[in-house]
Amino acid sequence: MQYPRGYRRFYPDTQPNHLHPPYVSSIKRAPTKPLIQLPHTLSEITGPTINPSRVDVKAFDLTKQHPGEPLGERIVVSGRVLDENSRPISGTLVEIWQANAAGRYLHKVDQHNAPIDPNFSGVGRTLTDAHGHYRFVTIRPGEYPWRNHYNAWRPAHIRFSVFGPAFATRLITQMYFPGDPLIPFDPIFNCTADEKARNRLISQFDWETTEPEQCLGYKFDIILSGRLATPWEK
Amino acid sequence: MSLQATTWQTVGPYFRIGLEWLFGNDIAAGVDGQKIQISGRVLDADGKPIPDAMLEFWQANSQGKYAHPEDTQDKPIEPNFQGFCRLPTDEGGRFRFLTIKPGRVPGPDGKLQAPHIVVSVFMRGLLRRLVTRIYFPDDPANQDDFALNLVDPARRVTLIARKGQASESHFEWNVMMQGPEETVFFDC
Repeated sequence: MQYPRGYRRFYPDTQPNHLHPPYVSSIKRAPTKPLIQLPHTLSEITGPTINPSRVDVKAFDLTKQHPGEPLGERIVVSGRVLDENSRPISGTLVEIWQANAAGRYLHKVDQHNAPIDPNFSGVGRTLTDAHGHYRFVTIRPGEYPWRNHYNAWRPAHIRFSVFGPAFATRLITQMYFPGDPLIPFDPIFNCTADEKARNRLISQFDWETTEPEQCLGYKFDIILSGRLATPWEK
Repeated sequence: MSLQATTWQTVGPYFRIGLEWLFGNDIAAGVDGQKIQISGRVLDADGKPIPDAMLEFWQANSQGKYAHPEDTQDKPIEPNFQGFCRLPTDEGGRFRFLTIKPGRVPGPDGKLQAPHIVVSVFMRGLLRRLVTRIYFPDDPANQDDFALNLVDPARRVTLIARKGQASESHFEWNVMMQGPEETVFFDC
């Protein structure tokens, strides 16, 4: 068997360090010893694939999961999943979860004094199409307080989870909204040193996917690690 | 100029909402091979249990073949075995799952790797995932394993499960975020 090529490593400073003291929870949970460099083996070059039959084709629309319509501003969030070589990643699972319009998650740990919306669960999933496109219809999430520091508020965001083609390409991230005044103060957003890399987490308002009389569109492309150009490198 | 991979962000405290539909703790049902149980705990710097972590496991079948198109080895596929398990820790930071002992897969050095399971660790407070591996105790193949040999011998023990109490097929393996027994994590 010819040994498959590995995936590219992250560019310096475009990813968070595990320890980021302004994000207080990282202090007791970040490893203290350096990570061991592991050239990708077959175990990292392969990875889970989810049987498409498990993904409900209606799960992309978070506004139609209950008898009534959720409260808040309807939005479309769409984009492409690509690798660093601009190749579309087709058929990969994209999972999202988020707070409702009032800034409340449907989760027992979330005790924020904001109403639960009986018509909004805040969970969606879909598979990318042949060109790597995905599309969700949802409600613009609200900002919410957290206890990281005095008067701490998270900017509005949607959480994304993507597998990609390999164990090595796994990604979990958060998508933010343009113009959110809380972004510059958010320790989680600011955990990455490279400003351009950080700012790529902010979606863009998009006329093309904005639907007349219906909803605004936001665009958010997701880039996964690309394949190394050469076979296994020592 | 090529694109750059999207920046990671923490999975946060509310991942259950979006990710629990794929939670499971038995991927051994109807599958050939030695059925095993792996259990353990995820602990923080103070040795306190982490009740809001999520683990994802990825492994080959008992023949040492991954359910993935890029594993082109001439070995049988198990139709009922996807090799993937996702689960959360409980209030005590505990997890437990049933699987089959994976076979050996080729390493990039031309030798077979020792049987192992690759693991992604996610939790609130962790800004991007950590990657580690589970190996099995008393396996002579561990001596010669490509990845284990990259690790300081004194720390390899954190990657090797211990024999469990419950049965011959029970293994225990913990994830220690910090401390003298801090788990070895790989840059992946």
